[in-house]
Amino acid sequence: MRLTTSLFAAVAAATLSGALALRPHPAAAQATIAIDGSSTVFPITEAVAEEFQRTNRNVRVTVGISGTGGGFKKFCRGETQIQDASRPILQAEMEECRRAGIRYVELPIAFDAVTVVVSPRNRFVECLTVAELRRIWEPAAQGRITNWNQVRPGFPDARLSLYGAGADSGTFDYFTEAVVGRAKASRGDYTASEDDNVLVQGVARDPNALGYIPFAYVAAHARDLKTVAIDGGRGCVQPSAETVLNGTYAPLSRPLFLYVNLQALERPEVRRFVEFYLSPAGRDLIREVRYVPLPEQAYEIGLRRVRERIAGTGYGGRAEVAMPIAEVLQHEPRE
Amino acid sequence: MSGAVLEPPAAARGLPQPPIGGLRAHADLIFAALGLLAMLVAVLTLAALVLDLAVRGLPRLDLQFLTSFPSRRPSQAGILSAWVGTTLVMLVTAAITIPLGIGAAIYLEEYAPRNRLTDLIEINVANLAGVPSIIYGLLALGLFVYALGLGRSILTAGLTLALLVLPIIIVATREALRAVPPTVREAAYALGATRWRMIADHLLPYSAGGIATGVIIALSRAIGETAPLITIGALTFIAFLPTPPIRPDFPFVSFQWLSDPFTVLPIQMFNWVSRPGTDFLPNAAAAGLVLIVMTIAMNLAAIVIRIRVRRRVKW
Repeated sequence: MRLTTSLFAAVAAATLSGALALRPHPAAAQATIAIDGSSTVFPITEAVAEEFQRTNRNVRVTVGISGTGGGFKKFCRGETQIQDASRPILQAEMEECRRAGIRYVELPIAFDAVTVVVSPRNRFVECLTVAELRRIWEPAAQGRITNWNQVRPGFPDARLSLYGAGADSGTFDYFTEAVVGRAKASRGDYTASEDDNVLVQGVARDPNALGYIPFAYVAAHARDLKTVAIDGGRGCVQPSAETVLNGTYAPLSRPLFLYVNLQALERPEVRRFVEFYLSPAGRDLIREVRYVPLPEQAYEIGLRRVRERIAGTGYGGRAEVAMPIAEVLQHEPRE
Repeated sequence: MSGAVLEPPAAARGLPQPPIGGLRAHADLIFAALGLLAMLVAVLTLAALVLDLAVRGLPRLDLQFLTSFPSRRPSQAGILSAWVGTTLVMLVTAAITIPLGIGAAIYLEEYAPRNRLTDLIEINVANLAGVPSIIYGLLALGLFVYALGLGRSILTAGLTLALLVLPIIIVATREALRAVPPTVREAAYALGATRWRMIADHLLPYSAGGIATGVIIALSRAIGETAPLITIGALTFIAFLPTPPIRPDFPFVSFQWLSDPFTVLPIQMFNWVSRPGTDFLPNAAAAGLVLIVMTIAMNLAAIVIRIRVRRRVKW
């Protein structure tokens, strides 16, 4: 009997709570800033959100990891106010935002380098040219380029095992555009993962492996990986904070972005958050999570875009690559 | 027909019998050993996993860890928003899936006429139990998040997981109902009970142990699910708690928390595991321990219910 009663109570409670929940809610008392997008930008935004909420207790900031592409879908639907992006907004996404009437401010916030890595036990690879990388990664290489001696005649006869970013990742878009020449054009027969630690483990254990991962992961796993210098036409350059900043680590260094919904920027807490992100305190956080901050000038330009509500992108819808910082900042945003 | 079958047994032919502990006794022993081995593989794997988690996670597990929000610093990071999120999502899941599951099982077992439609429903329920969880996530994204406009909320997550584990509860409840001897049903009818009185006063109380087991298995599965929740957009960094359900002013209760954003323990663990470096791995292990403790606590509750029912029911 008792069980019957409690059963009825449970049914009643479920129905009641369901009915109440379906009722439209008045706006939440506390302001919420919803952020989503790139997993590469996540550590920075998370650190900024954490510090921001310490001083702004009445603001609720949420950060998700849907990938740059997945995040833009939500952003252009108006579900999020701020978008983390590891590449500029693409043509199709601009179109999607335009259709939904979403305008946005584009803010470069830090630099990241896509790093080509091999196992520390690999003794023969020190430097690769962009042409060699293309030979390895282009779609036509699928099933054909499977041995190191096909990459360069001097390399040993050893199986080539490849590790790289999964297709939802901005790192994937950027690497393919920089190396192959077209975003998302890649061979498919490699170990792909959105989880960069999987790639780190794979490359670390296999002396014949080659992979590409964001720089922050290399810094955290320095003992397990050997970074490969890249020859983009001006000699071999190792990735480092200096070579990224002075633009010599090309074409694999890339800017990271925030996109802020222009309408949401009218909300004081969103504006405060963005201004905090671009402040010197934000710079310290970027360094703390092992990314390379942009030159000071970049943040001044960003703050001006926020102040003057300058909407649009400076990249015309392409995942533009091989661009020195100075040039990145020269791009006047257009819609 | 092989010759062996036609041949009379050794004893009948007056030949000496094989000594005790012969082939059959050996086969028995071998089978027992194999069974023990299979059991040990299962138990030892589980023990090794838990032990490994405990070794790496226990040093990190303290009050600070349970009462802190996520952070970029491993030593300050905690799982407050994650375990609260998990608890609330499980509450919603239980409130929806238990009445629905038990109700559906009672209907199928006691009321449904034997016809094609019922067969079709039964086959589908069994099939649903085997559908990958990500499919439920996609369904929930289209139905709850967009079509019904419930957003990426605790309610959506609870509904999604409720759908996911509903077949498990239905199947387990039907098994439990079927285990009640038919004589009990007939006795109740003979005394003039209606079908509903028979179910409420006899069937349900006697099968409560089995039903509780099914419910707990279902909830234990739901608590560890990540894929469907990521699909509907559970968040990774969330440093605040949902709106409290009790308010100081009229009407004193609030269901605002149902529409709040959330995160859950498996997602928090996944995030910590996938970060650069190994600094966050102890945190992930500690969060895993908390998740296991929550699951074991639920299982203990099921065992207690089962024992009590067994003590009460005598036939």
